[in-house]
Amino acid sequence: MSKTAQVLKDRKVAGKGSLVGYFPIGYPSLAESIDAAVAMCENGVDVLELGVPYSDPVMDGPVIQEATLHALEHGFKLKQVFEAVKAVTSRVKTPVLVMTYWNPVIQYGVERFAQDLSEAGGAGLITPDLIPDEAGDWLAASDKYDLDRVFLSAPTSTQERAQVSSDLSRGFVYAVSTMGITGAREELDSLARKVVAGVREADANQNTCVGIGISTAEQVAEVNQYSDGAIVGSAFVRAYAEGGVEALKVKVTELASLLER
Amino acid sequence: MTSSPTNLREQDGPYFGEFGGRFVPESLIAALDQLAETYEIAKHDPEFALELAELHRSYTGRPSIITEAKQFAATANDQVRIFLKREDLNHTGSHKINNVLGQALITKRMGKTRIIAETGAGQHGVASATAAALFGLDCVVYMGEVDTERQALNVARMRLLGAEVVPVKTGSRTLKDAINEALRDWVANVDTTHYLLGTVAGPHPFPTMVRDFHSVIGNEARQQMLDEFGFLPTVVAACVGGGSNAIGIFHAFLDDKDVDLYGFEAAGDGLDTPRHAATLTYGKLGVLHGAKSYMLQDEDGQTMDSHSISAGLDYPGVGPEHAWLKDLGRAKYRGISDAEAMDAMLLLARTEGIIPAIETSHALAGALKLAKELPDGSSILINLSGRGDKDMETAAKYFGFLPGDN
Repeated sequence: MSKTAQVLKDRKVAGKGSLVGYFPIGYPSLAESIDAAVAMCENGVDVLELGVPYSDPVMDGPVIQEATLHALEHGFKLKQVFEAVKAVTSRVKTPVLVMTYWNPVIQYGVERFAQDLSEAGGAGLITPDLIPDEAGDWLAASDKYDLDRVFLSAPTSTQERAQVSSDLSRGFVYAVSTMGITGAREELDSLARKVVAGVREADANQNTCVGIGISTAEQVAEVNQYSDGAIVGSAFVRAYAEGGVEALKVKVTELASLLER
Repeated sequence: MTSSPTNLREQDGPYFGEFGGRFVPESLIAALDQLAETYEIAKHDPEFALELAELHRSYTGRPSIITEAKQFAATANDQVRIFLKREDLNHTGSHKINNVLGQALITKRMGKTRIIAETGAGQHGVASATAAALFGLDCVVYMGEVDTERQALNVARMRLLGAEVVPVKTGSRTLKDAINEALRDWVANVDTTHYLLGTVAGPHPFPTMVRDFHSVIGNEARQQMLDEFGFLPTVVAACVGGGSNAIGIFHAFLDDKDVDLYGFEAAGDGLDTPRHAATLTYGKLGVLHGAKSYMLQDEDGQTMDSHSISAGLDYPGVGPEHAWLKDLGRAKYRGISDAEAMDAMLLLARTEGIIPAIETSHALAGALKLAKELPDGSSILINLSGRGDKDMETAAKYFGFLPGDN
C-alpha cells in the first residue's frame, strides 16, 4: 500500500482524522520553504503537499498565486522540486506529495520526473490540470516508480468519472469541495459530501481527502467525519505571508487542534 | 489518438495528430462535455444552421465581399494579384463575430444566462459584448491590464454595450492572463456561465467548434474566387495569434493541394530578439490553456511572455490544428515584425483606402513578401480579418500623426 494511503488509513482506524497541508516550493526562498514545510509536518500535518510554482496556475486563488509568482520572480527552478523533497523527507517521516500543473512535467520528461521524484523520496503527484483521460504517460511512469497519483473528483463529475478517478488514483482522491479555485471560504459547500460519497460508491476502500476552501479547525474536523482528510493550502500560505514560520506553526497547530495526535 | 484522415477537412478534435485534448481541472469536464454534446446536436440540426445563417445575413452582413487590391499588389509585383476577403466589413469590425454568434446560440441552447470572454485587442470582447446585448445575456470580459491601456477605446465600446470589463493584473497582464482569469471564473460559475472562448485554442471542443464557426470565411471566399474570378488562389494567407481567422479561411482549402497556405505570426521586435510571439516558429510542444500544442516556454515549462505591437497576436500559444498543419507541412508559418506590419498597414491605407487592423497587417506584410517570391500569374487571397479603427491610437503614436507631431 502507498505510504500516503497507509498514513490516512492508520489515522482513520485510530479515529483521529488527517490534515493534508500545502506549501509552495521556493516561497519565499528554497531554504525557507523547506523549513516551513518541515515545521508543518512537525506541528500537525499528516501528509505534505509541496506546490510547484507555475506561470499559469488556473486552479489557484490570489493567495497562492501571489506566493508562487514570488517564487518564480525570485529564481525558482524546476530542479529545486527534487532538492526540496529530498531535504524535507530527510528531516521528517511525513509522506510528501508534489502538486504540479502538467506542463512542467512534460518539459522535464514524465518518466524522468517520476524517477527523480522517487529517488528524492517523494510519495507521488497531485495533478490539478491532468485528468485520467490524458494521463497515459503518467499512469505508466507512476506504476514503474511506485508513486502515488492523486486525481481530482468534482461536484460536477459524473459517477462514471468518479469511478475512473477512484480506480486510477493511488494514495487518495482529491475531492473538490466547491466549484471554484483555491482560497479560504467561510462556509464549506455541502457538495463536498456528495463528491466523497461518489468516490466511496466507486470504491469503499479508496481514500478521499477534501480540499478547497478549508480554513478553520472546525472545518478540518467536520470534513474528517465523512472523509479521510482535510486539505488546507491558502490558509497556511496566508499565515506564513503575515507572520513567517512562527505564524505558520500556530496556524497548523490550530487547524489540527480538533484532531487527536 | 486518432490517425490523420486522408481528407484533412474532416479532421475534428479532440486530437489533431498529437495536438489538442483536454488539459483542464476535473471541475470543468462536465461543462466541456455538455458543450461538446450541445454543439454536436446543433451541428447536425438544420434549424441551427438556418438560424445562424439568417443572423449572419441580417446582422453580421454576410457574405463579406472580396476586393482585389491592385495598387497594393503592384507595390511588390504587378504580375501577382492580391485579393482581400473583407471580414473587416462585418458588424463589429472583424471576423470574431462569426464565432461569437454561433456560441451565443449554443449558450442559449444550454440554458445558460451569462457569458464570459477573454480579449486581447478587444475585437473578441466587443463581439462578445455585442452578442450579449443582442441575446440578453450577462457578459463579463477579462482583459489584461496592459491591453486595456493600449485598447482603451475598445474598453469603452464594451462598456457601452453593457458588458463588465475586468482588467487582469496578474502575470504578464496580457491575453494569456486574461484567459487564466476567465478559466478561474468559469470553474466557479460553470452552472450558469458559458466561457465564450474567442480562438481555436483551449480544450476540446473549442478548437473544432470555433473553427467550424469561422469556416464560413473560407467557404464563402473559395466559392467567390471561383464565381467571380474563375480560379482558386495560388496562396491563401492570414495572420496567426491563437489562429481563428487563419483556420477560418484555411479550412475550405485544406484539401485543395494546389493552394498553398501561409500563416503569419508576430515576430515583434524581430525573430532574432527575445521579444516576439512566434509560437509556431520557436515554440515547443507543451500544454497551455487546456490543449497540447506549440507554445513559447522556458526549459522548465514556464510560459514565456510574448511581445507584439498588436494585442491580438500577443499570445504565447497557438491552436492545436495549426500545430498539426505545420507538422504535416500543409501550412507554412512565418514571422512578421512590428515594423513590417506597420509599413503594410500604411501601405494598404494609402494604396487602397482600406485601414486594416494591426493583426491583419501582419498577413498583408507577409503577402507582399510572398508576391516577390511567387511566379508571375500567381494570386494571393488574404483574410482581411479586421479593420484598424481600434488601432488608431497605436498607429497615430507609431507614425507620429498626432497634433503637434511633425
